[in-house]
Amino acid sequence: MKSPDKPGKPPQFNSPAEFFAQALAIEIEASERYAEIADQMEVHNNHRIAEIFRKMAHIESLHRDEIKRRAGDALIGGRPASFSWLAPEGPESIDLGDVHYKMTPRQALMLARHNEERATAYFEAIAEAAADPEIRAFAQTMADDERHHVALIDKWLDKYDPDDVDWSEDLDPPVISD
Amino acid sequence: MNMIPTPAREFKPADFKSSVKPVWCPGCGDHSVLVAFQRAMAELALPPEQVAVVSGIGCSSRMPAYTNCYGFHGVHGRSLALATGLKVARPDLTVIVASGDGDGFSIGGNHFLHACRRNLDVTYIVMDNRIYGMTKGQPSPTTEPDWDTAISPGGTGVSPFHPLVIALASGANFIARGFTGNIGHCARLIVEAVRTPGFSFVQLLSPCVTFREDQQRVWRNVVHEAMVPETDDPARAARRLMTDDGFNLGVLYRGARAPYQPRPLANLDPSHFESEFAI
Repeated sequence: MKSPDKPGKPPQFNSPAEFFAQALAIEIEASERYAEIADQMEVHNNHRIAEIFRKMAHIESLHRDEIKRRAGDALIGGRPASFSWLAPEGPESIDLGDVHYKMTPRQALMLARHNEERATAYFEAIAEAAADPEIRAFAQTMADDERHHVALIDKWLDKYDPDDVDWSEDLDPPVISD
Repeated sequence: MNMIPTPAREFKPADFKSSVKPVWCPGCGDHSVLVAFQRAMAELALPPEQVAVVSGIGCSSRMPAYTNCYGFHGVHGRSLALATGLKVARPDLTVIVASGDGDGFSIGGNHFLHACRRNLDVTYIVMDNRIYGMTKGQPSPTTEPDWDTAISPGGTGVSPFHPLVIALASGANFIARGFTGNIGHCARLIVEAVRTPGFSFVQLLSPCVTFREDQQRVWRNVVHEAMVPETDDPARAARRLMTDDGFNLGVLYRGARAPYQPRPLANLDPSHFESEFAI
């Protein structure tokens, strides 16, 4: 199980609009990433996991839409002037190197939980550091939402037993070279 | 040169995604290259119809299918030859080539040398996993000599190819290395490569999760940002690249050599081409 990353220095925002746009970008990226991984799993016939990631993508898309609604007129076309697609990955996006075609539901949910925890820590750090009351309040709401997602995943995890030790065994493996 | 004036448009990475689902193994570094490519294109604000992605054969060469830019999935090792023809004929297009270490350095090795030498304004992205993944795990030109498997017992014993050194010696104008564990950095390198005129070579270390299961973990621990700033001095770059450990990340050389571009003939009409094909 991954341990939550230590939050770095919280980012600074010049206006609530910048923060709304950043939060929106994080949710868009998270939703798209879950959908991409669901596609990967579908292509590799791991439909159980595809379904889990598809649900996670849906949850994040609802969150994305909620942020759009809350942001209202404060949003600058979805991204602030300083927003860059070259920025590091958002705190809520699964690392594409962390998935496996034979992964189990428990592993998929633990990855999702890890991201939700990272997102909680990220928004909490902003809420603590922000001078602007609007940013502070919205960041705290975001952190609460993410914490709620962690709780949801914990309930979901209860449905699954611990993984078998041979979870990655493939009875029809690629023709391996060793 | 843009033939059809279009208003400035703002793009999102998703605007560069096709409806074809990637078949790469989950966990493969090539997925990250695709995301980095889409982000780079969004950052560059290049309309998809003004970008051509050309490839050869191999896992990496599936890239054109997964973007909605123009694409050409060519034959093994010939992606640079195709891209050269395309760029000469359509200098207005941004031409990006996707390749792998087998396709690019073995089958297409000779094209690599001459593409660097020719210095057309083309970006060459090589997803290097040090193996032929699609054909089930044979050693490639960049495989370590002691990589011991049933297919190469005791290892090949052959010194690996040093693509960055060769690119510099052959005349590439921009040389960089990234690791797919850092998508934002890979995207930045692609942006820099496209923005730098001339032949830009970007080696992206892209782990193979199926035939080299340890690669992702090991590489994540050994890659590091280059300790020295980029240079435009080929002699200094050569010294650095010759002593490079293979895991220095960043822009390692950026020259100022003017790109080669044959001037297209003015006012061509279809009859010109007909005359060229007349027997």
